Amino acid sequence: MNKIHVSTTVNGDDTEFLCDPRETLLDCLRDKLNLTGAKEGCGTGDCGACSVTLDDRLVCSCLVLGAEAEGKKIQTVEGIANGDQLHPLQKKFIEYAALQCGICTPGILVATKSLLEKNPNPTETEVRYWLAGNLCRCTGYDKIIRAIMDTAADMREAH
Amino acid sequence: MALDEQKTDGFKYVGTRPNRPDGLDKVTGRAKFGADMSAPGMLHGAILRSPHAHARIIKIDTSAAEALTGVKAIVTRADFSKNIKFAPGSKGATWSVLENVMANEKVLYDGHALAAVAATSQLIARDAIKLIKVEYEILPHVTDVDKAMAPGAPIIREGTADSSVPDGYHPNVVGYHNSGHGDVAAGFKEADLIIEDSFSTEATHQGYIEPHACLATLGQDGKGELWCTTQGHWAAQKICAALLDLETSQLRVTASEIGGGFGGKTTVFIEPVALALARKANRPVKLVMSRSEVFRATGPTASTSMDIKIGMKKDGTITAAQGTFRLQGGAFPGAPGNFTAMCAFAPYSLKNVNQIGYDVMSNRPKQAAYRAPGSPMAAFAVESIIDELCNQLDLDPFEVRLKNASRKGTKASFGPRFDDIGLVETLEAAKAHPHYSAPLKEGQGRGVSCGFWFNFGGETSVTLALSLDGTAQISVGTPDVGGSRASIALMAAEELGIPYEHIRVTVADTATLGYNEISHGSRVTYASGLATIKAARDAIKKLCKRAAIKWDIPEDAVKWQDGCAVPSGPNAGDFDPIPIKQLTATMGATGGPIVGHFEANPEGAGVSFATHIVDAEVDKETGKTSIIRYTVVQDAGKAIHPTYVEGQFQGGAAQGIGWALNEEYIYGEDGRLQNSGFLDYRIPLASDLPMIDTVIVEVPNPGHPYGVRGVGETSICPPLAAIANAVSAAAGVRLRQLPMSPPRILAALKVK
Repeated sequence: MNKIHVSTTVNGDDTEFLCDPRETLLDCLRDKLNLTGAKEGCGTGDCGACSVTLDDRLVCSCLVLGAEAEGKKIQTVEGIANGDQLHPLQKKFIEYAALQCGICTPGILVATKSLLEKNPNPTETEVRYWLAGNLCRCTGYDKIIRAIMDTAADMREAH
Repeated sequence: MALDEQKTDGFKYVGTRPNRPDGLDKVTGRAKFGADMSAPGMLHGAILRSPHAHARIIKIDTSAAEALTGVKAIVTRADFSKNIKFAPGSKGATWSVLENVMANEKVLYDGHALAAVAATSQLIARDAIKLIKVEYEILPHVTDVDKAMAPGAPIIREGTADSSVPDGYHPNVVGYHNSGHGDVAAGFKEADLIIEDSFSTEATHQGYIEPHACLATLGQDGKGELWCTTQGHWAAQKICAALLDLETSQLRVTASEIGGGFGGKTTVFIEPVALALARKANRPVKLVMSRSEVFRATGPTASTSMDIKIGMKKDGTITAAQGTFRLQGGAFPGAPGNFTAMCAFAPYSLKNVNQIGYDVMSNRPKQAAYRAPGSPMAAFAVESIIDELCNQLDLDPFEVRLKNASRKGTKASFGPRFDDIGLVETLEAAKAHPHYSAPLKEGQGRGVSCGFWFNFGGETSVTLALSLDGTAQISVGTPDVGGSRASIALMAAEELGIPYEHIRVTVADTATLGYNEISHGSRVTYASGLATIKAARDAIKKLCKRAAIKWDIPEDAVKWQDGCAVPSGPNAGDFDPIPIKQLTATMGATGGPIVGHFEANPEGAGVSFATHIVDAEVDKETGKTSIIRYTVVQDAGKAIHPTYVEGQFQGGAAQGIGWALNEEYIYGEDGRLQNSGFLDYRIPLASDLPMIDTVIVEVPNPGHPYGVRGVGETSICPPLAAIANAVSAAAGVRLRQLPMSPPRILAALKVK
C-alpha cells in the first residue's frame, strides 16, 4: 500500500512523515517522530492518555488518522515546557504528587492546559467534567484536582 | 528486632514531603514506559487469540500468514519448552503459566493465545494474524463459580486439584482451605441474634492504564535482553528462562517505568512470546497488548459466591462467625480462596470462628492478584452482616467494632497472635472524625467498614554506593509503582545524614543485584526500605572505619552523626568531625570504594488495618449511586513520605468505589467477554468522585527500623462493604451482589 506524505507542525517545529492510511496520529507521533509522551491506553478514545491538541482543539490522537495532520498544528506533552521553564501545571503536579505511576499524566496535562486556556477560572466541578475523558487508576483524582485548582489560582494572580 | 533499636521520633527527613525524583521525567513525557522503547532492526509482534471459551485445537495452518510480505516469524506452542510437565495445584505453577501464555491442545477461555507473528510493522503483524486458519472442536463451557462446582459442569482439566481438596468435589474445585478455632455451633447458641446470608461479587480488572508491553532480544547463543513493564523483573526472568529453556543468568531483564499494576503485572503474558519470536526471527521484537487483550487475557480478580453466618449478643459481642468463600479463578488453579477466608474475620477477636475457602476453575482468564487479593470481597460480605446486626440490635457500628476489635495479643481468626496493630486506633480516629458526626441530607446514607491485609516482606537486595563527592547511589530491585524511590531516598538520607537531593535511587536490572521478590504484598517501602536502612548502616560502618584509621583509634570508638564521623564519646579522643565528603573524596587511597549491602528476607512486615466512612446518595428513579463524601483512616506504622501514603489511601478507595458500583466482567451465553473496553467496563472518572479525605494513623510496626507498615493494599479492603452499608442506609434495601449498578438497585427497590 502506498504511503501518504504528511507535512505538519509539531510543538512549533515543521515536521514531515510518511504514513500508512490506516495509521493513527498517535502511531505516527510515537513510532515515526519518536514522541512517546502521548500514550496508548485504550486505542478507542476512552482513556485520554493520548491527548494532544490539533489546531488548538483537544483530541484523542488514537482517534485521528496520521494523514489528517496534514497542514495542522499539533501540540503534545513534549511541547508544554518552554525550554527549561516548566509550565506551572507541570510544577504543581510534581509538588502535589498529582501522579503515582504517571502514565495518564501527559494526557491530563495536555487536557488541563487546554481547559485553562479556555477557562482560566474553572470550578472544581468543571475541572472534574473536563477531565472525565482522562482516566487515572492510581490517585482517585484528589491530588490532580487540587493541583489544577491551585495552578489556575496562581496563573490568574500572575496575570 | 529489639524495640530499643527502633527509631520512632526525632526524624529529620522521614515524614517530610519532597518532590519525587522521577517527577520531571513524568510531567515532560520523557519517562520511558513499557511501550516507549525501540531497538535497531526491531520487528512488531501480534498474538492470535481464541474467540471460544472452550475448544479443542484440531489444526493451526500458518501457511498464508508466512507467505505475507514482511512476516519474519510465527510461533505456536511448539516453540516453547517441552520440559515443563503438568502437575496438580501449585506444583504445576510453571506449567500453568506456559499453558496460559500459549495454548496447547485446548483453548480454555475467550482470549487465550494460540499463535503469534513478528513482522516489519504492526499493521502487517495484525494482518498476518487474520491469515492464520484454526480449526476448533467447540466444547461446552462454564464461567460461573457455582455452576462450575455443580455436578455435570464441563471439566476444565481433570487432575488439577491438589491434596487439600476433600473427596467428593467436582474436578473444577482445585483448592480447599478450612481454618478457625473454638466451637462455632456452641457460639451460635449463645447469640441473641444470628444473621446468615449469601453474597456475590463479579470479577473486576486491575485496570492499569498502561497495557502490557515489552521489547525482547534473544539469539541462538541463548543470551537475551528483555525490557518490560512489570512489578517484578526477577520473577519475569525466572519464568521466561524456564519457558524458553534458557539459563536464567543469560537473560537480562530491565523493568521499564510501570504504568500501574495493582497485582496484575506480577506474572508474564507476552514476554515469553516476544522472546520466542525474537529468537526465531533473530531480531528484536516489540509486543504491546491492546486494551481489549488486556481485559480478555490478563488477570482480573476472582469472582466470588459467599455464605456468612454471624451470631451476636444484645450488647454487641460476637459469639461466633462462620464463612464459606467460593472463588472463581479462571482456567488455572491459584484463586486466593485461602486468603479470602483468612482475612474475612481478621479484624475481630473471636472465641469461635470457622472459615472455608474454595479455589474453583472455569472458562475465564486466569485470575491475578488485585490489591489485597480476596480480602475486599470477604470484607464486603462480613461487614455487611455486621452492619445488619448493628441495625437490628440498634447498636452503634463503631461501638460494636471497638468491642470486638482485634488488639495486640488477640488470637487472629487465621491462627497467630497479633503483635502491635492499629485497628482500635483507626476506629477511634474514624469515630472522632468530623465526617462521622456531619448531618446527612434526605436520600443519603452513611456506611462504615473495617479492612485487613497481611502485608509481606520477601527476598530483597539493595546496594548503596557512595560517590567521591559524598553523594549516594542506591540500587533497588523493586519496581516503583507509586513513589517508592522518594521514600527510599528519604530513609537513606535519614541514616546517612545527607540531603535527600544527594541521593539517587535506581530500579536496577536483573544483572545488577541479587534476586528481588516482586513489588507486591505492600512490601516495597517496608522491605526495600528496611534493606536500604541496613545497607546505609553497612556503608556507615565502613565510613567509621576509615575515620578510625585516620584517628588511630578503635573502630567502635567512632560513631556517625549528622553526616559526619565523630568520636563516640569523651574517652575516644578529641577529634574534629569528618564530614562524609572528606571520607569519600579520599576513599581510593584509604581502602577503596565504599559500598553498603543488604541481602535477606525481611519477615517482620506488620499486618495492617483500615476503617473507612462513606456517604452515598441513591437516586431512587434511576438507581444511580453517588459518593458524596469519603474518609480513609489507616495505620501506616510510620509514613515515610506522607503525601504518597495519602495517595495509596485515596487510590485504594477510588478503586473500591468502582468495584462496588460499576465494574464487572460480563460474559455472554457464548462464554465471550462482552465488555472488553473502558467504555463498557467503567472505572471511576474524575466526575464520579468527591475529594477523598485521609487520616494517617501511626502505630509502629515492630518489624521495621522506623516502624513502617505497607499501605498499598489495605486501602481497597473496606470500600466495598462501607459503600454497601451506605447504599443500604440510603435506599432502605440491602444489596448483596456487586456491583451495585443502577439496574440492580432499581430491581432491589422494586421488590422492597
